[in-house]
Amino acid sequence: MKWVRNKLDQARKPFEPGQKLEKFAPAINAFDTFLYTPNHTTKKGAHIRDVVDLKRTMITVVFALVPALLFGMWNTGAQYLYQDMGLDNVTDVPFWDAFIEGALLVTPLILVSYIVGLTIEFIFAIYRGHEVNEGYLVTGMLIPMIFPVDIPLWMLAISVAFAVLIGKEAFGGTGMNILNPALTARAFAFFAYPLYMSGNAIWVHEGATDGISGETILGTLAQGKSVAYSFFDAAAGFIPGSVSETSTIAVLIGAAILILTKVGSWRIILSGFAGAAIMGLIFNAFGLNALMEFKWYMHLVVGGLSFGIVFMATDPVSAAQTLKGKWIYGFLCGFFGVMIRVFNPAYPEGIMLAILLMNVFAPTIDHYVVQANVNKRKKRLSKAKAKLQTA
Amino acid sequence: MSKDIRVRKGLDLKLKGEADKKIVNAPQSSIYALKPADFHAVVPKLVLKEGASVKAGETVFYSKYDEKVKFAAPVSGTITEILRGAKRRILEVKITANGTNDAVNRGKLNPASASADQVRSLLLESGCWPFIIQRPYSIVANSEDTPKSIFISAYTTAPLAGDAEVILADKKEAFQAGVTALSKLTTGAVHLCVGKGSDLKNIKDAEVHTVKGPHPAGNVGVQIHKLDPVNIGERVWTVGAEDVATIGNLFLTGEFKPERTIALVGTDAKESDRKYYRTVVGANVNSIVGTVDTDNTRIISGDVLTGDKLSNDQPLNFYNNTLTLIPEGNEYALLGWLPFTRNNVPSNAGTSFSRLLGGKRKVDTNLNGEERALVVTGEMEEVLPMDIYPLQLIKACMSGDIEKMENLGIYEVAPEDFALIDFTNTSKLEAQEVIRLGLDLMITEVG
Repeated sequence: MKWVRNKLDQARKPFEPGQKLEKFAPAINAFDTFLYTPNHTTKKGAHIRDVVDLKRTMITVVFALVPALLFGMWNTGAQYLYQDMGLDNVTDVPFWDAFIEGALLVTPLILVSYIVGLTIEFIFAIYRGHEVNEGYLVTGMLIPMIFPVDIPLWMLAISVAFAVLIGKEAFGGTGMNILNPALTARAFAFFAYPLYMSGNAIWVHEGATDGISGETILGTLAQGKSVAYSFFDAAAGFIPGSVSETSTIAVLIGAAILILTKVGSWRIILSGFAGAAIMGLIFNAFGLNALMEFKWYMHLVVGGLSFGIVFMATDPVSAAQTLKGKWIYGFLCGFFGVMIRVFNPAYPEGIMLAILLMNVFAPTIDHYVVQANVNKRKKRLSKAKAKLQTA
Repeated sequence: MSKDIRVRKGLDLKLKGEADKKIVNAPQSSIYALKPADFHAVVPKLVLKEGASVKAGETVFYSKYDEKVKFAAPVSGTITEILRGAKRRILEVKITANGTNDAVNRGKLNPASASADQVRSLLLESGCWPFIIQRPYSIVANSEDTPKSIFISAYTTAPLAGDAEVILADKKEAFQAGVTALSKLTTGAVHLCVGKGSDLKNIKDAEVHTVKGPHPAGNVGVQIHKLDPVNIGERVWTVGAEDVATIGNLFLTGEFKPERTIALVGTDAKESDRKYYRTVVGANVNSIVGTVDTDNTRIISGDVLTGDKLSNDQPLNFYNNTLTLIPEGNEYALLGWLPFTRNNVPSNAGTSFSRLLGGKRKVDTNLNGEERALVVTGEMEEVLPMDIYPLQLIKACMSGDIEKMENLGIYEVAPEDFALIDFTNTSKLEAQEVIRLGLDLMITEVG
């Protein structure tokens, strides 16, 4: 492997300080550090450092997304083929046929998302003179996973550009954004191109053509019809929906990876599901219409709720940052997600709006949590002063 | 009224290269030096010129802004060089020892019967005062202050650090005298924190507390926070364990003899050399380790988390009891970011098996990544056993928001309390530096 290193060192030469291409160093560094963790040593502070870095953390999230992505590819193919082939059941479609069909449909989305997003990230890194942050590795994977499969690629590209430029770079780049960039992309597309993002025709490939039905469970419910899918179907994900958010089981595998590696906050995930369940129970207790009667445990497995809570709400930058704040933030994400879903069925995905709403409120939650600590400190001070005066 | 402290948060780094618990006398260093950089925020005013001969305990320079605080020669000899840097800032005052160890005798003083003023003036005159560090700010104490309590930690948790119990084993009498002397200076108590089964349990004139838990439980900062936290306007002093014995020795003999016991640790020190060396404050590093290939080995005066990087021929840090030699990690690692690879590097993260595997690790100075924007949250709280929001405090320090820093508890922390955050942080944040700059801002703005 030595010659790879030597070749890289040679390629880097024109980018070194004082050389012609110095300004473009972040671009070559991004490739170099992807292959090799650099030979930098500590200059100040602690002399030894943990092995963890942002690359490792972000790659772990991408790994956690893989089960949902692979399942999503299969499901995308299967949902289309079983109707196209006139089969009775999604699971009757031959596995590899479904998977290959789905992979062919999903891969272009992923490519467009990465190419557009990373290009903007690289330009900003060079412009600002800092290294390319790894955050987009995750965002770029998340975005195609939460879009309907037939979204035109140019719409996806514009949504990605909007999310990265307005959602992230306008606030100062990675670590500074208020809203989750992936959800920003989806929300943008949702409001800019509603025809392609909602309704009952778009959730399965070629759903708009005759003979293929692409309705989601939530769409069916909103029309007051009863749902034809069982709890198991919904949990396993054999239902129409955005590319990769249908399978709660695949998402929970990802959640397990995030929690075991301490990359995702278990507090947010747990309290998020709890919030959704409690809101569901409250609606069940009233039960005024079909949506309200929709069982609370079904709420947890249909639509993008689990995907949103596990992969979107846990984004550490846009979530609450204090440990106590995370409990509150996660709970309200799930709570409002189900509430929006039931009260306003025009929006197929309440959880998206709920998380964006809570992103905005996360700093407020943190403020009050931190303020409690500040008040404790002030109380201690006044106690100490009172003691001095009596002494 | 002793209280036991149980610390749960934190991280014990188990590293290879600890020292044998055996004390030997170090060969005498030919050159000793005082390094003003060891005394943060002190601006030195020289009393003696190059070529002057000095006795141990004779004032070499004093603090420009607190003239009573004097810094004394650790040994007798001649001032051979005053090393200056940019803007003629004094980097080192070098003293060539004459080997006779003559010391100024300031007369014995029984600490038990002495008055507070007598104790204070003896400490100031003799050159022992700089051993007293104040919280807030972690700087040499002001000569006029009376602290609400004084903390001494004899519980060592920092990775590979010189164990206070070993160092004090044959200095108990002096240590007791030092504790008694210090107890005169505070309106509250002297708090001595020790580990379980300590030999120092029976020390008088102090409240002895037993501390248990992982690093940073041994840091005075954590102990102060648990026992008597610093409020706005209050002062707490801390003194290193061996320094208390040096102070005690001053009262018993009348002489300033700043002994320093150094644990030589780290995998780049020869195993047969790894033990405790008894030398004098300001001794040159080469008197203990000789000449080191600093391209491949890092000399750290102090432990791996908080120590100073030294080059050959520099004096040891004034306060530290540890000298660490570890390899420089200036090597590339192929695909080093892959989760669950490189498990030989110690880690607190879930993306490494390091903690599960256990065992002692060999460490180097590789940064293991690059500096990035702050993204991951919740990891700082895991290693800071204080009721303080570390991320928020660090951000307040970065933006220089004084009111926020005060509210979030800047007075209760020192850079060393954030050393583990330096270590564990995913974004390779320099937390200790940020806190130091924040404290410096407070010194200039609030004082």
